[in-house]
Amino acid sequence: MHMRKLPIAAFAVFVLACVAPAQAQSPYGIGRSATPAEIAGWNIDIDRYGNNLPPGTGSVVHGREVFDQHCAPCHGAKGEGGIGERLVGGQGTLATARPVKTVGSYWPYAPTLFDYIRRAMPQNAPQSLSNEDVYAVSAYILYLNDLLSAEAILGAKSLSAIKMPNRNMFVGDARPDVNNPACMANC
Amino acid sequence: MTEPIKIDQAATSRRRFLREGGALLGGTVIASGLAGGEALAASESSDNLPPNVPEWMKTPGDPMGSQPYGTPSRFEKDVIKNIPKDLPQYLSASGRTPLQDLDGIITPNGLFYERHHGGVPTIDPAEHRLMLHGLVDKPLIFTMDEIRRFPSESHIYFLECSGNPDYEKPYGKTASDLVGLLSCAEWTGVSLRLVLQEAGLKAGAKCVVAEGADAAALTRSVPIEKCLDDAMLVYSQNGERLRPQQGYPLRLLLPGFEGNMNVKWLRRLRVAAEPTYSREETSKYTDLMPDGSAREFTFYMEAKSIITRPSGGQRLIAPGFQEISGIAWSGRGKIKRVDVSVDDGRSWQSAELQEPVLMRALTRFRLPWRWDGRPAVIQSRAIDETGYVQPTLAELLAVRGENYYYHNNAIWPWRIAADGEVTNAHA
Repeated sequence: MHMRKLPIAAFAVFVLACVAPAQAQSPYGIGRSATPAEIAGWNIDIDRYGNNLPPGTGSVVHGREVFDQHCAPCHGAKGEGGIGERLVGGQGTLATARPVKTVGSYWPYAPTLFDYIRRAMPQNAPQSLSNEDVYAVSAYILYLNDLLSAEAILGAKSLSAIKMPNRNMFVGDARPDVNNPACMANC
Repeated sequence: MTEPIKIDQAATSRRRFLREGGALLGGTVIASGLAGGEALAASESSDNLPPNVPEWMKTPGDPMGSQPYGTPSRFEKDVIKNIPKDLPQYLSASGRTPLQDLDGIITPNGLFYERHHGGVPTIDPAEHRLMLHGLVDKPLIFTMDEIRRFPSESHIYFLECSGNPDYEKPYGKTASDLVGLLSCAEWTGVSLRLVLQEAGLKAGAKCVVAEGADAAALTRSVPIEKCLDDAMLVYSQNGERLRPQQGYPLRLLLPGFEGNMNVKWLRRLRVAAEPTYSREETSKYTDLMPDGSAREFTFYMEAKSIITRPSGGQRLIAPGFQEISGIAWSGRGKIKRVDVSVDDGRSWQSAELQEPVLMRALTRFRLPWRWDGRPAVIQSRAIDETGYVQPTLAELLAVRGENYYYHNNAIWPWRIAADGEVTNAHA
């Protein structure tokens, strides 16, 4: 729901800015207005609800092709890891002596996958994949983690609807959490 | 690194002696101990030593202009960043400050620690822009010239990576191996508060999402309280423009917060109602607890200290006077006290703090000591103005376990052997 509201909200802000010159003066008058087109071109943030996900879809089947070509050289043929991080498996290991933190075992929100792949991957050519390819490869990684079926097609709505297994395991900062008594003598 | 320098032999004989002595002992270049220094000089014969007039007084030196941008003496060529040699890849990697080779509290720009996630971009400042948008009255774009038009301020702050070090063995050998993802500089820029006021914050603004212009487009969310407090947009470091490795031409500086949040190559600030939950604040930079839960948004770097001289890899040459010197810091405020133990933690005494003691900067501490030549374990613990005491590794592990990874601020003791060799007592 949020992602459908956002363009309207952004447009409303723009209109408001145009018709409301009476708003508070900028203290220093430095800089110029950013246009909606400039903001849209640069704002690639996807939040945990999937707000700002672009249109388009991608299938697990196509995602396998994208993955084999762009991701497997570093992350392994099945996402088992290599030069790049392991992406698959590890569910049930986080409370053991050998935790395996992957997309499937650790990541709390699925839309983050789209956000991160689009902005930073593949490492040798970030922001080079089409949105459809990013949806597809996100779908394939989720499939490898048993979070999507082999026939699945992923888009903004379906990606936002995925509940990641580790979603509820994040807690706030409980520090300071240790108490050194600062003994000075006969310790 | 211990290879003798191939220039005039006589001129370098003393230094070479130090280097080769270090090589024999498998240590680093630095030799400590006043008695050691005197013993060295007395044992040498050189045309450059008294009563002879040294060679470098008998001929003019290098002319003005031989170094348009000055570099350290060639005899200091081994004082370089500590960069691991066996990483699987170097685009997302880190290099450490050689803390044990430095004095005072300011890190030279060329030795400032590095951590980047997609390599170091080459950015033309004329084509760099900062965009400020989201929950603001007036979305803005700034050139670098415009950023520099704002009122400026300068502050000395430390910066530390939160993975410095992790909790798992093997632990590092030197101070740099252990906590070298730590540096301190004088930063100049504009208060982020002023820049946000220029755009005007809307109701509901709770955080600012910062994005870098690197190949990782690294993104972190910062609480609005920090942005309106002491956060800075920085363009200069130790008087000169930021180095590319430190975010040239513009970076975010959040005093006391984990290094990763201090977004480099800053290109965008989006004011938002909640964090963006980027990969860097969910999959990474979260702290796994023994029960499988994970702490998120663990921003502050807690109080910490380490003895840098003598420290791992160095060697005491002879018993006698030996100043113990180190650094302490806290993301939560000023250092109030540093205690040092020279008897494996059985007793502690407070060290002298070098003034000025600055908020969220490194603080240098010193303790005069006379080594009796017997094996010893020395260590330091920092106490900050909140009363928080730097914990032992055992105290941390008891609460957090070995899977925690980030925010290890444990005390690191050094073991001194009878032959003067200094090693990590936890290793």
